[in-house]
Amino acid sequence: MGRIEWAMWANEQALASGLILVTGGVVAVAAQFKGWPFAAYAIAAGVFVCLLEYPRGKRKKGSTMERCGQKYLTAVVKVFGPITRNYYVRAILHAALAVPAGFLLSTILGTACLGIASAIYLLAAIRGEEWNPIEQKPQERPQVGGGTIKQPPAMPPPRPPADTRKKPPAEVAGQENPIPVTIEAE
Amino acid sequence: MQCGVYSDSWLLVGTQKVRLTLSLHILHQSALAWARASAKCLNFNSMLILLPVCRNLLSFLRGTCLCCRRTMRKQLDRNLTFHKLVAYAIALFTAVHIIAHLCNFEWYNDSQQAADGSLSSILSNLHQDEESNKWLNPIHTNSTVTYVTFTTIPGLTGVIITLALILMVTSSMEFIRRSYFEVFWYTHHLFIIYFAGLVIHGIAGLVRGQTAESLNKHNPEHCAQDPRYWGGNNTDSHCEEPEFGSIPSWQWVLIPILLYVFERVLRFWRSRQRVVVTKAVVHPSKVLELQMHKKGFSMEVGQYIFINCPSVSHLEWHPFTLTSAPEEDFFSVHIRAAGDWTENLIDTFQMALEIEVDGPFGTASEDVFQYEVAMLVGAGIGVTPFASVLKSIWYKFQHADQRLKTKKIYFYWLCRDTGAFTWFNDLLASLEQEMEESGKTGFLNYRLFLTVWDNSVGQAAFNFDNDTDVVTGLKQKTAFGRPMWSNEFSAVATAHPRSVVGVFLCGPQALAKSLQKCCHQYSSLDPRKVKFYFNKENF
Repeated sequence: MGRIEWAMWANEQALASGLILVTGGVVAVAAQFKGWPFAAYAIAAGVFVCLLEYPRGKRKKGSTMERCGQKYLTAVVKVFGPITRNYYVRAILHAALAVPAGFLLSTILGTACLGIASAIYLLAAIRGEEWNPIEQKPQERPQVGGGTIKQPPAMPPPRPPADTRKKPPAEVAGQENPIPVTIEAE
Repeated sequence: MQCGVYSDSWLLVGTQKVRLTLSLHILHQSALAWARASAKCLNFNSMLILLPVCRNLLSFLRGTCLCCRRTMRKQLDRNLTFHKLVAYAIALFTAVHIIAHLCNFEWYNDSQQAADGSLSSILSNLHQDEESNKWLNPIHTNSTVTYVTFTTIPGLTGVIITLALILMVTSSMEFIRRSYFEVFWYTHHLFIIYFAGLVIHGIAGLVRGQTAESLNKHNPEHCAQDPRYWGGNNTDSHCEEPEFGSIPSWQWVLIPILLYVFERVLRFWRSRQRVVVTKAVVHPSKVLELQMHKKGFSMEVGQYIFINCPSVSHLEWHPFTLTSAPEEDFFSVHIRAAGDWTENLIDTFQMALEIEVDGPFGTASEDVFQYEVAMLVGAGIGVTPFASVLKSIWYKFQHADQRLKTKKIYFYWLCRDTGAFTWFNDLLASLEQEMEESGKTGFLNYRLFLTVWDNSVGQAAFNFDNDTDVVTGLKQKTAFGRPMWSNEFSAVATAHPRSVVGVFLCGPQALAKSLQKCCHQYSSLDPRKVKFYFNKENF
């Protein structure tokens, strides 16, 4: 298990927890269960967690698949610098966010899941992982050859020296003409 | 089918069994129906989910279906897709079930604490003090819903199995599975907890219906009118106090669990048979070829095996396609370095390797010889099943096997770098020679595509005067860029206007989409004319 990046799994788990918190919260608020203010908090916490966790971090090795439309959130998350880059901060933050939701049955599942995500983030932080944003690639050049050539050459091919490129003299005909040909002068 | 089970369950609850559950219905409106219906669907789906991963059972079915229609066997290739669909269904119904029970518990609690003489509070108080098991409301004293959840068996098991399910789902996301296989593999074994918990969950019987016996003495529709006169010596209303019992749910999953246990035992037994590594070669671009021998091992073209190397990892089994032909007296695999396990294997192969093998298991490539014309497309390491096919063809030629149905093969190999070509150079070179000697140069038409352009490749492109290709040393020239599939398909359709053409792919999803599109586009509606059938191989 040498090169596992735990943060990637923690990210999936945290995103799922956020969704579960929101669902549990919505049910409790809509049906007006006892203690529903906790549920309202859970909705807010769940939305915040989802927004924070939606942009996937860059893997250390190999290419990373971006989530659909994550570049807008990446820009926002990137702004906070070390707070969002460090996984210790995320672990503590998720643990703290999870606690109040534990007081209501509807959202207790969200608490448990977010707690697990926090534990995995702690493991990731101990192993020195960090969140790095996925940068946008530069614009690709227009496709040549119907898209079959992925990286067309940047330089023209080398040509033989100039004197070998001269055309052969006009008197040497390409073929033997069976009927004499006269060239009419202009 | 899911909708059928769900609506059937709803109807059952709503109409035929309405009398059984009418009492509960009074306690919490329609949430009960939602919970019961989703529970039935969960049982149904939990039963189904184990079946697609019983590889040996599926192989057995494939073998016995040889005389069946092609389309039936193709469905068995999609076992992993089915497994995932059922998993999504389980996740969905779990959500429905939990939400319904949240509502139920909340309303049980409200009923328990209501002090008025309403029907719901009277029902809740029935049989509470007695030792008998005939109560209706599980919330017995002034306790909170959370307390009840964690101190009753169904509540506690429910929470545990839901957590197990969530962990399994998050670690099975495509990204995690492809990049960190070990996390997925080990976490997925939480299914043992899931099934154990599921069986226990339904047994305790927290959600109850009126027992059949009690129904005879207490008709809910009639007696609901006036609950104050239940029991006692009141002869007018003929209503005894109702009694409640639990509803069974473990019978659904028993047989699949037994089948799966048998499957794992069989896999273990097969892996115990001794495997001897006769040859191990490391090719460029970090590809390890292992030639092995195992007593009683027999294979078909394009099958795959699971390999375990105890010195690398005791518990992990990884699938690899067999690259040898059935006619050879050994079996071989080509393993590309693509993660922790494979890299460690390549590093340690120099020492005496002890290997355990499970399989072989069948996949689509076996069908190649059933088609008159076959188009084989392999991307990078995805060429491995076709290597087996081509080798088998070579042997069939050597033995002049007349039973070969296939008349023409078009083989396309797409690759990123030239180093990957070398390990099949020998095979293709000897095939070229064999075709010439048997005078059947038209049988195999192969084209190699180098999809990435860099300077060294550019130099090679200038040597178009040479007889043999400078990249591979073969007579067939390497093409650059990706193939234009529309041109290829129309050429094949023109050359074989009345044939059934099988298209086989082992490669990425994007390529599968474009090939499938071409298959639909170039297949003729007229059943006598050309038809393209698409088969995809994946792990």
